[in-house]
Amino acid sequence: MTDAPVIQVTGVAQRFGARTIFRDVSFSVSAREVFVILGGSGCGKSTLMKQLIGLLRPSAGHIEMFGRPITARDRDKALRDMQCRIGVMFQSGALFGSMTLLENVMLPLEMFTDLPPEARETVARVKLGLVGLGDAAALMPAEISGGMARRAGIARAMALDPPLLFLDEPSAGLDPITSAELDQLILGLRDDLGATFVVVTHELASILAIADRCIMLDRAAYPDAGGIIAEGDPRVLRDTSTHPTVRAFFHREVPAMVHA
Amino acid sequence: MTATASLTSRERDGRAVLVFAGRLDAAGIAPMWRRAMRAAQQARGRGMIFDLGGVSFCDVSGAAFLAETEAAHGTPAELAGAQDRVVELLQRARAALAERSAPPAALPPTPAEFALSALRLVGFSISFLGEAAVAVARLPRRRRMLRVPDLLRYADQAGVRSMPLVLLLGYLIGLILAFQSAVPMRRFGADIFVANLVAISLMRELGPLLASVILAGRTGSAFAAEIGTMKVNEEIDALRTMGLDPMTMLVLPRIIVAMLVMPAMTLALDLAGLLGMTTVMLSLGFPLVTVTRQVQAWVTASDLYGGLFKAVCFGVAVAAIGCRAGLGTGVGPRAVGLATTSAVVGGIVATVALDGIFALIFYRLNL
Repeated sequence: MTDAPVIQVTGVAQRFGARTIFRDVSFSVSAREVFVILGGSGCGKSTLMKQLIGLLRPSAGHIEMFGRPITARDRDKALRDMQCRIGVMFQSGALFGSMTLLENVMLPLEMFTDLPPEARETVARVKLGLVGLGDAAALMPAEISGGMARRAGIARAMALDPPLLFLDEPSAGLDPITSAELDQLILGLRDDLGATFVVVTHELASILAIADRCIMLDRAAYPDAGGIIAEGDPRVLRDTSTHPTVRAFFHREVPAMVHA
Repeated sequence: MTATASLTSRERDGRAVLVFAGRLDAAGIAPMWRRAMRAAQQARGRGMIFDLGGVSFCDVSGAAFLAETEAAHGTPAELAGAQDRVVELLQRARAALAERSAPPAALPPTPAEFALSALRLVGFSISFLGEAAVAVARLPRRRRMLRVPDLLRYADQAGVRSMPLVLLLGYLIGLILAFQSAVPMRRFGADIFVANLVAISLMRELGPLLASVILAGRTGSAFAAEIGTMKVNEEIDALRTMGLDPMTMLVLPRIIVAMLVMPAMTLALDLAGLLGMTTVMLSLGFPLVTVTRQVQAWVTASDLYGGLFKAVCFGVAVAAIGCRAGLGTGVGPRAVGLATTSAVVGGIVATVALDGIFALIFYRLNL
C-alpha cells in the first residue's frame, strides 16, 4: 500500500450562478480510510461528492484521484479510467427500476468484464449476500424497503470490487438498528476488502461509529459562502473543538452564536 | 358556526385599543383577520394597545396574527393583560416575521431572457443530436451497452401493444374517409374513385402521419416519463458514474426500436384503412373485385414506399424528442409531467413539420 493519497482536493469551489455554495475546500483521503464529509443541511456535502465522482465540474480548484487530475481539460479520459475504480451509492439507492436486484448488481459486471453469464450471477449473488440481501435477489427495487434499497445500492457499487466507494447519506431516514447494521457493514467491508470509503452524512451516531477522519462543512465559514470549518477525528473534535458550530453539531445544541 | 374569538376596537387617551378575546387559533382568527389589519392601519401614527386579558388560548397561528397586526400598524403594540406564554409566542412570531425577506419578484421574462432561454433550448437540442451521433459512431465498441432484452421490451411496448389501437384507428379512418367522400362524389357518378382517393391518401399521408401521432402519444410520452423518472431518481447519475453512457444505454435502443416499429405500424394502419374503405364500397354495391382492381391499377409501389420511408423518419424524430425531453427533466415529480407533455407536443409538431418538408421534396423529385 502506497502512502500517496487516494483523493487530493485543492482549493475547490462551487458556484451556481451568483450563489457560491462553498470555496477553498482542500483535503486528502488516504487508502483504507473511512472519510466522512459532514455538515448541516444545505452546506454542499452532496455537491462536493458530485464533484469527486466526476458528475459536476468544480467552478475552481483541483481534484486528483489515484494521482490523476479529473479537473483538467482532458478530463474525460481520466474520468473513464476512474469510473471502473470507484463505486457510488446514491442517496435513494438509484437502483434501475426495470431490473431485479440481482440484475442491478450484474449490470456493471456485464458491461466491464468478460465473465460468462452464470459467473456474473454467482458473483452478484455473493455481493448481495454480503449486504444481507441474499434472499431478495429476485425482487424488484419497487418491492423493497428504503434500508434494503440502500444496501442493494452498496452491493451494486461493490460489483466491480472498486478500491474506493462513495456513499451518499447511507443512513438518512433509517431506524437506529438498520442504521447501525449499515455502519457495521461499512466497517466490515473496509476491514475485509481493504476499500477506502468516502461517506457523506449528518447522522451523528453513524459518524462517531465509522469515521476515521472527517471534514465538516458549514455555510457560515465565510460571510458569503461555505467551506471547511473543522478537520480531524470526529471523537477528538467532539471533545476538544472550540468552534461554536462544531460543538453545537456534536452536542446537538442550538449554536450559541447565531449566524448573521 | 359561531366565532370562537372576538375583536373589538375602541379609543383610549388618543390610542387605539384592540381587545382580543376567546381562542386565538386558525379557526378563531380567520373571521377577524382583515378587520384587525384595517383597524391597525387606521391606527397608524398613534399608539396601539393589544388587550389580551380575555384570551383563553393562543397558538402559533394566533401569535402570527398578532405579529402581523403589529406589522400592519408599523410600531410594536403595548400588551395588556397578556399571559407570559402568549408574550413568549408573540416574541417568536415577531422574530420570524422580521426575518422574512422580500420574495424574489416573479417578473415576466424580459425579451432578452426569453430569447436566452429559447437559445438554451436550441443549444440543448443541438448538443443532444451531437451526443446521439457520437453514440452511434462509438456503437461498434460499445455493443455491450445495447442490450437485446431491452430492445425487445421496447419493441413490445411500442409496437405490439399499440397494434389494436393502430388497427382500430386505421379501420375507422378508412371507413369515415370513404363514406364522407362517397356522398359528394356519387353526385358526379365518380364514386368508384373513392377507392383511389382513400388508398392513395392513406398510403402517402394519413398512414405515416397517424401512426406517428399514435407513437408520440403512446410511446414518446412513455419514453420521456421513464427517462425523466430515472433522472429524478439519480439513476442517470448512477449510470454515468459506472462509466455507462445514458445515450447508448437508454436513447439509442429506443430510437432504433421506433425506426423498426413505425413501418410495421404504418403498414397495419394502411391495411386496416383499406379494409374500412372496402366495407363502405361493398355497402354501396360495388363487388369486391372491382374495388381491388381499382386500387391495384392506381396505387403504385412508390406511394407505399414513400409512406413507409416517411414513417421511419417520423419514428426517429418522435423517439429522439421523447428521450431528449426525458433527459432534460428538471427536479421533482412535476418536472416529469412537463417532460411528458413536451415529448408529445414536440413529437406531433415535428411530425407535421417533417411531413411538410417531405411533401416539398417528393414534389421536386416527381415522386
